Amino acid sequence: MSLSLSPTNAISAVPAENSKIAPIIHLAAVGKRFGKNQVLANIDLDVHHSEVVCLIGPSGSGKSTLLRCMAFLEEYDDGEIHIEGRLLGWEIDDRGHRKHAGRNRLNEARRNLGIVFQQFNLWPHMTALGNVTEALVRVRRLPRQEAEKKAMKALDKVGLSEKAKEYPARLSGGQQQRVAIARALAMEPKIMLFDEPTSALDPELVGEVLAVMKQLAQEGMTMVVVTHEMGFAAQVADSVVFLDQGSVVTRGTPNEVFRDTQHPRLRQFLQNYLDRNAFWNTTPELEN
Amino acid sequence: MFDWPTFLFSLPLLGKALLITLQTSLLGNAFGFVIAILISSMQLAKMPLLRRLGGSYIFIFRGVPLLVQLLVIYYLAPMFGLPNLSPMVAAVMALSLCSGAYIAEILRGGLMAIPSGQSEAAHLLGMSRPAILLRIELPQAVQSTLPSLVNELVLLIKASALVSVVGLADLTRVAQNLASSDYLFFQHYLVLAGIYCLINIPLTMFGRRLERHLERSLA
Repeated sequence: MSLSLSPTNAISAVPAENSKIAPIIHLAAVGKRFGKNQVLANIDLDVHHSEVVCLIGPSGSGKSTLLRCMAFLEEYDDGEIHIEGRLLGWEIDDRGHRKHAGRNRLNEARRNLGIVFQQFNLWPHMTALGNVTEALVRVRRLPRQEAEKKAMKALDKVGLSEKAKEYPARLSGGQQQRVAIARALAMEPKIMLFDEPTSALDPELVGEVLAVMKQLAQEGMTMVVVTHEMGFAAQVADSVVFLDQGSVVTRGTPNEVFRDTQHPRLRQFLQNYLDRNAFWNTTPELEN
Repeated sequence: MFDWPTFLFSLPLLGKALLITLQTSLLGNAFGFVIAILISSMQLAKMPLLRRLGGSYIFIFRGVPLLVQLLVIYYLAPMFGLPNLSPMVAAVMALSLCSGAYIAEILRGGLMAIPSGQSEAAHLLGMSRPAILLRIELPQAVQSTLPSLVNELVLLIKASALVSVVGLADLTRVAQNLASSDYLFFQHYLVLAGIYCLINIPLTMFGRRLERHLERSLA
C-alpha cells in the first residue's frame, strides 16, 4: 500500500509545489521488532517541507516507537528511513548487507532533527540558559558569549527569557517543556519531532506548550508530533496518521481522519475522546 | 601520667609525618577518583568486554586487602628487573588503585540513578560520549553521592596508616617509633588517635559546605 501524505485538500497549509519535490522525511516499508514482538510493520510515510504531521493512536500502537525510529533512537529492522535524502542510521556495504552507520554519519543525518520528549529531559544541574547553551558550545563550538546570545533568542521565542537563570526544578512543567523546545530550536533544526510533549503536564499547562508549537508550525517548521491532543491535531496538522497495532490504519487531512466512518477502530478511538470530554451537556450543575 | 615535654618534643616529628599521611591519602584519593570515573563508566558501557574489564578491576582491587596490595606493588618492580619503586610512589599507587575500586562503585550508583532520557537528549544534540559523561552525568552523580564520597576520603586517610609497611614515615610509623624509643606507648598512641580524629574536622566541614553549595544551586 502506498501511504503518501502529500496534502490533497485546499485547506492545507503546504504549498502545492512541495508535493512534487522530494519529501524531507521519507519512510519506506519500515518495520521494527522488540524480540518476537512486531511493534511496527510496513510503515510508509512522507513528510514534506513545512508540513505538520500528527501521529495518533491508542497506547501501544507504536506511534512513539515510530517517532523514535525517525531519530534512530530506536533501530528499525526493516525498510528505510531517509532524512533529506540520506539513509538514517544504516549503511549498505559492498555485499548489500546493512551495518550501523558511523557516529559522524549518524550525527550528520541527525543534525537537522530537533526532538522534544514527554519527560522534557532537561539537565537539572544547569540553568535554563545553561541547558540551551550547552550543545551550542560543545557541539557547534560557538564561543560562549555568542552561544548565550543565541540561546537567549531561543528562550525568548518560547517566552522564557526572564527565566534564563532559573534551574529546571524552579520551573513549572510547561516552562520546563518550553525550555526543552528552546534547547532543540537553538540548534536550528529543519525538522522538529515531538514525542507526546504535553502528556506529562498538568492540564492547565498544556496550552502554553501547544501555543509555542502552533507558532512554530505557522512559521513553517516541519513537524512530526505524537500526541493525544486531538484539538491540536485538528487545528494545526496538515496530515493526521492513525496507527493501531504497529500499522497505519488511515491517514489524511484532519477533516478526513476525524470524520472518518470507514475504520471502526478509529471511530472507537475517537469516540473515547468525545465521551471523556463530553461534560458540558451532561453535568446539570454547570448549566445556569 | 601525660609527659608534656615528650609530647612537645614529638610534635615537629608528628607534623612532618602528618604531611606524609595527607600527601599519600589525598593523592591516592585524587588519582582514585580519576580511576573510578573510568571504571564506573566502563561498567555501564554497552560493550560486554568493557563491562567485564570494569567488573574484574573491582573484583581484584576490592577483594584484596590494601595491606597485601601495598606489598605486592612494592615488590613487583624488582621481579621484572626494574629498580624498586620509591615507598611514596608505591603507597600512592596502592591507595589510588584500591580507592578507585570503591569510589567506582559509589559513582556507578550515582550514575545509574540519572534518568536515561538526559543522556539521550544530549546524544541527540550531537554531544560525544565523554562530553555527556563529564558535563551531564558526572556532576549529578557526584552531587548525589557526595556523603559517600566524603566518607570514602575519610576511610582512605585512616587506611593510609598501612603505608608504613613499605617504609614510609607516616603518622602511624612515626608514633610507633616514638613509642618504642621511650616506652610511652599509651601516650603516643593517644596523641596519634587524636591527630587522626582532628584531620576529620576540616574534611567534614569541607564536605558539608560543598553539599550546601550544590544544594543551593539546585534548589
